Amino acid sequence: MIINHPLLGPRDAQEFVYLGDAALMNRPDGLTASLQEMHDYAYLRDNPAGLHRELWYHEQGDRSWLVVTRNTVTHEITAVELARDVARAQGRSK
Amino acid sequence: MRYSGWRILKEALTGHKGWTAAWRDPEPQPAYDYIIVGGGGHGLATAYYLAKEFKQARIAVLEKGYLGGGNVGRNTTIIRSNYLLDGNEPFYEFSLKLWEGLEQDFNYNAMVSQRGILNLIHTDGQRDAFTRRGNSMILHGADAEYLTRDQIRQMYPFLNFDNARFPIKGGLAQRRGGTVRHDAVAWGYARGADMRGVDLIQNCEVTGMRIEGGRILGVETSRGFIGAKKVGVAVAGSSSRVMAHAGMRLPMESHVLQAFVSEGLKPLIDGVMTFGAGHFYVSQSDKGGLVFGGDIDGYNSYAQRGNLPVIEDVAEGGMALMPMIGRARLLRTWGGIMDMSMDGSPIIDKTHIDGLYFNGGWCYGGFKATPASGWCFAHLLATDTPHKTATAYRFDRFLKGLMIDEKGQGNTPNLH
Amino acid sequence: MTQTNRIAGGQIDRSQTLRFHFDGLPYSGHPGDTLASALLANGVRLMGRSFKYHRPRGPLSAGSEEPNALVQLRSGARQEPNTRATVAELFDGLTATSQNAWPSLKFDALAINDRFNTFFTAGFYYKTFMWPAAFWEKVYEPIIRRAAGLGALSTLEDPDCYDKGFLHCDLLVIGAGPAGLQAALTAGRSGARVILADEDFRMGGRLNAETFGIGDQTGADWAAATVAELATMPNVRLMARTTILAAMDHGIYSAVERVSDHLPEPLPNKPRQTLWRIYSRKAILTAGATERPIPFENNDRPGILLAGSLRAYANRWGVTVGDRVAVFTNNDDGLRTATDLQAKGVDVVAVIDTRPGGPLLPGIRHLQGAEVIDSAGRLGLQSITIRDAKGRVETIACTALGTTGGWNPNLNIASHHRSKPEWSDTLATFLPGAGGPANLTSAGAAAGLFSTHAALASGDETARAALETLGITAPAQTLPQAEDAPVAITPHWYVKGSARAWVDLQNDVTIKDIKLAHQENFAGVEHLKRYTTLGMATDQGKTGNTIGLAVMAELTGQSIPATGTTTYRPPYTPVSMGALAGRGRGQEFKPKRLTPSHKWAAEQGAIFVEVGYWLRTQWLPRPGETTWRESVDREVLQTRKSVGICDVTTLGKIDIQGTDAGAFLDRVYANTFSTLAVGKCRYGLMLREDGIVFDDGTTARMGPNEYVMTTTTANAVTVFRHLEFCRQCLWPDMDVQLISTTEAWAQYSVAGPNARKLLQKLVDQDISDAAFPYMGAGEITVQGTHARLFRISFSGELAYEIAVPTRYGDALIRALVTAGEEFDAVVYGTEALGVMRIEKGHVAGNELNGQSTALNMGLGKMVSRKKDAIGVALSAREGLTKDDGLRLVGVKPVDHSKAMQAGSHFLKTGAEPTAAHDDGWLTSMIYSPHMGHHIALGYLRNGTNRIGEKMRVVNLLNKTEVEVEIVSPHFIDPEGSRLRA
Repeated sequence: MIINHPLLGPRDAQEFVYLGDAALMNRPDGLTASLQEMHDYAYLRDNPAGLHRELWYHEQGDRSWLVVTRNTVTHEITAVELARDVARAQGRSK
Repeated sequence: MRYSGWRILKEALTGHKGWTAAWRDPEPQPAYDYIIVGGGGHGLATAYYLAKEFKQARIAVLEKGYLGGGNVGRNTTIIRSNYLLDGNEPFYEFSLKLWEGLEQDFNYNAMVSQRGILNLIHTDGQRDAFTRRGNSMILHGADAEYLTRDQIRQMYPFLNFDNARFPIKGGLAQRRGGTVRHDAVAWGYARGADMRGVDLIQNCEVTGMRIEGGRILGVETSRGFIGAKKVGVAVAGSSSRVMAHAGMRLPMESHVLQAFVSEGLKPLIDGVMTFGAGHFYVSQSDKGGLVFGGDIDGYNSYAQRGNLPVIEDVAEGGMALMPMIGRARLLRTWGGIMDMSMDGSPIIDKTHIDGLYFNGGWCYGGFKATPASGWCFAHLLATDTPHKTATAYRFDRFLKGLMIDEKGQGNTPNLH
Repeated sequence: MTQTNRIAGGQIDRSQTLRFHFDGLPYSGHPGDTLASALLANGVRLMGRSFKYHRPRGPLSAGSEEPNALVQLRSGARQEPNTRATVAELFDGLTATSQNAWPSLKFDALAINDRFNTFFTAGFYYKTFMWPAAFWEKVYEPIIRRAAGLGALSTLEDPDCYDKGFLHCDLLVIGAGPAGLQAALTAGRSGARVILADEDFRMGGRLNAETFGIGDQTGADWAAATVAELATMPNVRLMARTTILAAMDHGIYSAVERVSDHLPEPLPNKPRQTLWRIYSRKAILTAGATERPIPFENNDRPGILLAGSLRAYANRWGVTVGDRVAVFTNNDDGLRTATDLQAKGVDVVAVIDTRPGGPLLPGIRHLQGAEVIDSAGRLGLQSITIRDAKGRVETIACTALGTTGGWNPNLNIASHHRSKPEWSDTLATFLPGAGGPANLTSAGAAAGLFSTHAALASGDETARAALETLGITAPAQTLPQAEDAPVAITPHWYVKGSARAWVDLQNDVTIKDIKLAHQENFAGVEHLKRYTTLGMATDQGKTGNTIGLAVMAELTGQSIPATGTTTYRPPYTPVSMGALAGRGRGQEFKPKRLTPSHKWAAEQGAIFVEVGYWLRTQWLPRPGETTWRESVDREVLQTRKSVGICDVTTLGKIDIQGTDAGAFLDRVYANTFSTLAVGKCRYGLMLREDGIVFDDGTTARMGPNEYVMTTTTANAVTVFRHLEFCRQCLWPDMDVQLISTTEAWAQYSVAGPNARKLLQKLVDQDISDAAFPYMGAGEITVQGTHARLFRISFSGELAYEIAVPTRYGDALIRALVTAGEEFDAVVYGTEALGVMRIEKGHVAGNELNGQSTALNMGLGKMVSRKKDAIGVALSAREGLTKDDGLRLVGVKPVDHSKAMQAGSHFLKTGAEPTAAHDDGWLTSMIYSPHMGHHIALGYLRNGTNRIGEKMRVVNLLNKTEVEVEIVSPHFIDPEGSRLRA
């Protein structure tokens, strides 16, 4: 596979490490979240057959975490964003 | 029709005109007591044991494609019970015992072949970990044996003993491990279930679940609504998709695992072997092909095909372990979709919906589990209580902190 | 032997003669020959045996679809089983042997299986060998396994090397027949970067095997001229002997180039084969088509070939397979074989044409509406039996028969992404379907365009269209004149009434097997394949699968497309494991990482050990020491008595800087770091989000906004990845920057009562206890060189870790050793390191197993519940906080002379060795020279409350057990006074 890195252009997916669903960015606050909420965050996944927003890390590159929108049936990639931008857009800050 | 030596002889001498269909192709009934969703190994085994061991009737298996088309038709055929943890080992040992009597039980030669499995050890840390594991196995009544480097050299003199990046220091063997002709497992269960009145319905995809008042009433299918008192889902690889019909999110991801077979070769490798310093395991089939595999590709996928990096990684492992196989040719690669669960262990449990039961999360180890998975799922469906060897396979183990994490990788499914 | 069957013409170089051996007998051929063409030229038709029935076999084809003519090529360590003689290029001195035959190819004992064929039907194995129960594994299966397989591996290490490479192009053209050559030409002339790959050693595809011309040239000459023109284009890469194996994602194709297989052995410093990963923006499949036979009774004898292959041997190689040739066809293409061979002067005795009408071939006995219904000849064809339109049966003597049931496009690669092929009634075959690899289109025969003209035109058009999407406009081409005959075919899938008519030749699957599969309701295409093994041989069913489908369609009354196709799986043809592995084998299996002291240690004769990719010093034997224990005990005792030095560079090091660095650490460590004073270190415990311990290490605060974290060797990479995840994905606005400095600093531990004295000799600053107290950290200089010093201890002694830029690492170890001479300093390895940490009760890899909590390790108090840190919330789950859970304990044998084995399990005295009594296990065990006996750490159920209890540790693998006493895990200096000295 080839991931079109927003800063570096197309790179072989072999340079990246995969983590999983981009929902892993939506970490609840550990002090206020209920156990059920932490459980759902850590353990449950939509796991769709189709479009999937997912986290890839450019380990053999610039160390960016990326949010890649990829179809899990065809492997087609339709969007690649810097995870930090996505996190900020989702209201995450400090 | 029962298979016997006499029948073989008779048919051979009369032009094989008497062999009958291995199973019927019935039209679905309006309703059943039990619907098993998924006609792969686990679903067929569940139906078989429900009928045979738990004396239940009015059972249907709904399969969207063909019988045995799940991962039972697409794996590396290994059976073993060399697990570490209390939640797992009794279950897999139960499974191995069922394998040992399977052919006589369902009157079908699935070629269960206990030629042994050997996990190679390359570091002191691995030796310690495998010693812990081997002891756990024996404590649970399984067999395990520590082999020295010299013993392994006698078994497989062609391994890389002299110029290895990670030298072979020993190995943990389970002599009762081995291989089984995978398709025949599905066919044996299917035939046995059919003989006991189970309706095996192929080309029947479940497209929805009818749930009212917290209770399941049946399933919508590509062949219409079919009612059921109890619905058991055994569709590993598609678990999230099917359970989404019940509004459930599961603790798992779907990943592609590739497997490989070489051209047919004269006998070289008697048992199953795993390389401890890379992602590679291998056995040789009764037809002579080296059957081997390695790691999952590592990204969510439903594509049933993988990519080149893993193929190269597996080949490197193979060459590092067995420098002779450079001149063997890889014949075919294929990919199957695995339910990769959050701790690497399966789930066999009720759901919060009355009458809806779930069996899945087998990661890449479901084949060896087939008999016990079927038996335990049938037990749960028939009695509403978990089988004694499958009590740990609950949905709520993550909420309670009772993970069964053999590899110690945590909630990152692609590392299990 | 002489080349009795060599006829005129062909693209072979008759000026040179190549000598070769097959089964020990000498033969000769010419450059341009394959092993099969050369053997056929020498009158050898018998080349192999089938898998199940051991039927005598010769080549069916002249290409990579070959199911029959498989040989063991070469000998010794280069022996290569299952090599298709039809594609093995002849070289001088080639040796090959037949396989799957004993004692000889001509007399094969297991041919007895053929006599019992009435038993060995499809599915036979599943129904039998079950009685008595124990006999399957003890008797039947061993016999079956002994007979398994085709060729043999040598079991010797493959002496050749393999390579890997990466290529990029605008257009990849797969197959260099007329369509591929024209596509490459059109694209090449446009200036696009083109790769043209073909599995054959001679580009041209069928043009080399046919007699019709292109323009005013022969097809072969046009191909050669086109290749020559392409070779002059710097933007075109021609790759002969290169098979495209598979379509991967996003325009990536894997390919293997057989660099040296046509040579006796690879040239010096050349690989045998190269695996290419080709990144293509667009790709065109012009892989041509494969002919299929018409099965009839006993259609598998040597001398029975595909008609197009019979023609190829004559036209390309100047070989006739027999002196009397017949052709069995259902289409016009088959007629070409008859006319071409006759034109070459070969005696064409009959053309058996299943079609009842149409024009008759002039000058040839052309039987219309006829069928071949049987053949004879034990080791090679001697005659065929035919039935003509009027039902008359006749035996015709012949030694070669070409059969053709039509051509199947080679659509495998177009189907690798699981697209379903589409059926064409007109062509009676499957064509590439929709949903294939996104950047791939098919052209020429691969797309069902079978005439030469259509191939050229579609090659041109497809290339043009592909380039257009890339913004490249190709100049208009004037295509040469070429034949444009329509496909005239009447499907004739097999000869009715035949039973032992082979569909899958290698696996011995016949019409009657397919019928039996249907009878037993294995009627779906996947069941058919799996039950009969149709299409599972080394040729992957290239010639047989469509026929099998058609037969099953007839039996079920469904159409062929409704019957479906099985999945096309890569690779296109089998590929050597060596090529896939490349250089990743032997010592080069994985990279080697060497520590800064490696060179020095190697000079001292150190013993090294693999730690991940690192090689670390395990111990350093001194002259006279004969066992590893002597060396390790000395290293430990001398360190504890005076001073020892150890390379700890492999530990992960991460610089963490920014105004939020402290706050960041508070969130990634279970304990608190924002309160740490500048110039101090603290032990940190890092959890995974699931509450299990991830990693540990000391982190120092070098300045108000500057920390240096250390990780374990094993987790250096994953911790860094995790921190970047936290920084970028969870808290994107925190002012914190990370950089891994593991490779930037050479770091040594200096431990023991004389550690300070030794270091003070090298360090420019005052490092007295007052100036540099326990857990101090700071920037220093070593004889003017910038360095870092940390007063931390893994051994339990007064200890420091000193770090200098890596390039000074070698100098520093030498300086430390020299400075240490007056203290009798030792350099110790990982064994002594392990001994001392176990004596001190520190956890390491065996305890940090990814399954253990801080509570398990006795570090529960470190988990602060006052702040939100990764893993803290989920670490509080009930299953992880049981009072009687596993706890880290120390273990010592009651009888001090006894050793133990890590991995042994705890059992109460007198308890049965069953899982119900399993109380935990020993994680780490060593001999402690300090204690004078073996000691261990372990996870014991309710361990904290069982200090002083006596129990057993059992190792059931070797049936030993040792009585032990449970003690504190801190065997040495539990108060820590040595640390603070």
